[in-house]
Amino acid sequence: MNKRVLMKGNEAICHGAFDAGCWCFFGYPITPQNQVPEYMSLLMPQAGRVFLQAESEVAAINMVYGAAATGVRVMTSSSSPGVSLKQEGISYLAGAELPAVIVNVMRGGPGLGNIAPAQSDYFQATRGGGHGDYRTLVLAPSSVQEVYDLTRDAFDLAEKYRNPVLVLADALLGQMMEPVTITREPLDPPTPGASSTCGTRTGERTIVNSLYIVPEDLEAVNQRLADKYARMCRDEERWEERIPANPDCLIAVYGSAARICQTAVELLAERGISAGIFRPITLYPFPYAPLRALSERVPRIIVVEMSAGQFVEDVRLAVEGHCPIGFFGRTGGVVPTPEEVVDAVLKQLGDETRG
Amino acid sequence: MSHEDIATHTSLHHEVIIAGFGGQGVLKMGQTLAEAAMMEGRDVVWTPAYGPEMRGGPAFCTVIISSRPIGSPVVAQADSAIVMDRLSLQKYQGSVRSGGRIVLNSSLVDPELVRRDIARCAVRANHLAEDIGDARIANMVLLGAFLRMTGLVQPATIIQALRQALPERRQHLIPLNERALACGADAAEMLLPTAV
Repeated sequence: MNKRVLMKGNEAICHGAFDAGCWCFFGYPITPQNQVPEYMSLLMPQAGRVFLQAESEVAAINMVYGAAATGVRVMTSSSSPGVSLKQEGISYLAGAELPAVIVNVMRGGPGLGNIAPAQSDYFQATRGGGHGDYRTLVLAPSSVQEVYDLTRDAFDLAEKYRNPVLVLADALLGQMMEPVTITREPLDPPTPGASSTCGTRTGERTIVNSLYIVPEDLEAVNQRLADKYARMCRDEERWEERIPANPDCLIAVYGSAARICQTAVELLAERGISAGIFRPITLYPFPYAPLRALSERVPRIIVVEMSAGQFVEDVRLAVEGHCPIGFFGRTGGVVPTPEEVVDAVLKQLGDETRG
Repeated sequence: MSHEDIATHTSLHHEVIIAGFGGQGVLKMGQTLAEAAMMEGRDVVWTPAYGPEMRGGPAFCTVIISSRPIGSPVVAQADSAIVMDRLSLQKYQGSVRSGGRIVLNSSLVDPELVRRDIARCAVRANHLAEDIGDARIANMVLLGAFLRMTGLVQPATIIQALRQALPERRQHLIPLNERALACGADAAEMLLPTAV
């Protein structure tokens, strides 16, 4: 306890899941998350838990469905193209209200793309991703410590809401090593609860299903889901803000890009520019209200993301036109340097002064 | 900078590039450095370059060691570099800031190729490693030289980190690693007056 351990983000995913009492892991290899199944193949059998390398991503997510139905804690992980393949299964999990954790170590896209860090699966992650009216709770770590903490929290949130929870990391967070301090005692895998399928021992039938032929029945399910998502929005928003007294601008950013912007803020300070940072930790629910409040205190918001512009749309929804919003993005697996962010901010502030 | 200087230094931030080819122990050297710096209470980030590489292909990582929480894990302008082969020198010396340092393996790289605005420390790491008994320990010879030049981490902490990282059946290699670090430090020591 409380010992600092140097580990990769991908290892931190495994420790977070293991310490949350994850009983089953189903995976399929894809770079840059390969250390997750590799490490789980060591960790899980040692403790008598289940590691299974499935024949495909689709098989893995359906194994997750089956295991979740029995009430055990379960996780799968993949990277962008593999997570696309899992979307049908995630929709079924949401429809059947099964708790599960899905990790996406994002890489460049679209298509096969490449194996470098990207944040271009934001829409997929925050808008459901598969078919139907559903949402997954989305957690976005920005350090290896947070990868551990949020993966662990993901299991509690999944059970609390009986809903799939997504941990959205990227190739940079997956591959880099940082010190992690584990302060919480590891949990033993919990005993499956009453809502799980456990045969007919109790005499009660538990039905796990997402098929509702009668439209009115399905509408009632959708209403129940909508109410649940509303509760998530009310209770689960997480964000971090660092706002100086009289900011010249606010940088809105999440995940590993936030780390780069943190250095950019220091460089900007050396040039006499005072910039704040707003970093959502939950991407769904998105902390709209806190950002809306900040937009009245800052002259301008600049959005930085490793995508052509996805996260920026939620910032616009939050701000509702109350202040100008600039954008700086790199794509294709290119990670911006702090200096590039500084240049982008200076340019946008310059544009503003010129009016 | 000596260890005494480090101890009195309230603010430290150092970014180092480590490069060579697969099998030279580049990634392990970086991890050991990061691990030891963490044990000395620093914040650290180790970041590898990774790709569809093959055995013997280029190997590269960066380590950031800081007295305060580290922001960007990406190194754009390094304070120093440890370079184990010629290709890596060509590829990465442009990423070292003016006035920075390079510790290079002069068994495989001509020191004359180093930019003039960088302090260089040329160590015949492969030769020295063979002299002390194992060609594979060239990485630790260079690390010893690097630590003598920068004072970033105590060599004793490197050994402590290795003790923790190595499995039981490899613990007998600790004395060899100690010799390699000391040998690299001695080589750097001789070069220090002319290093700039």
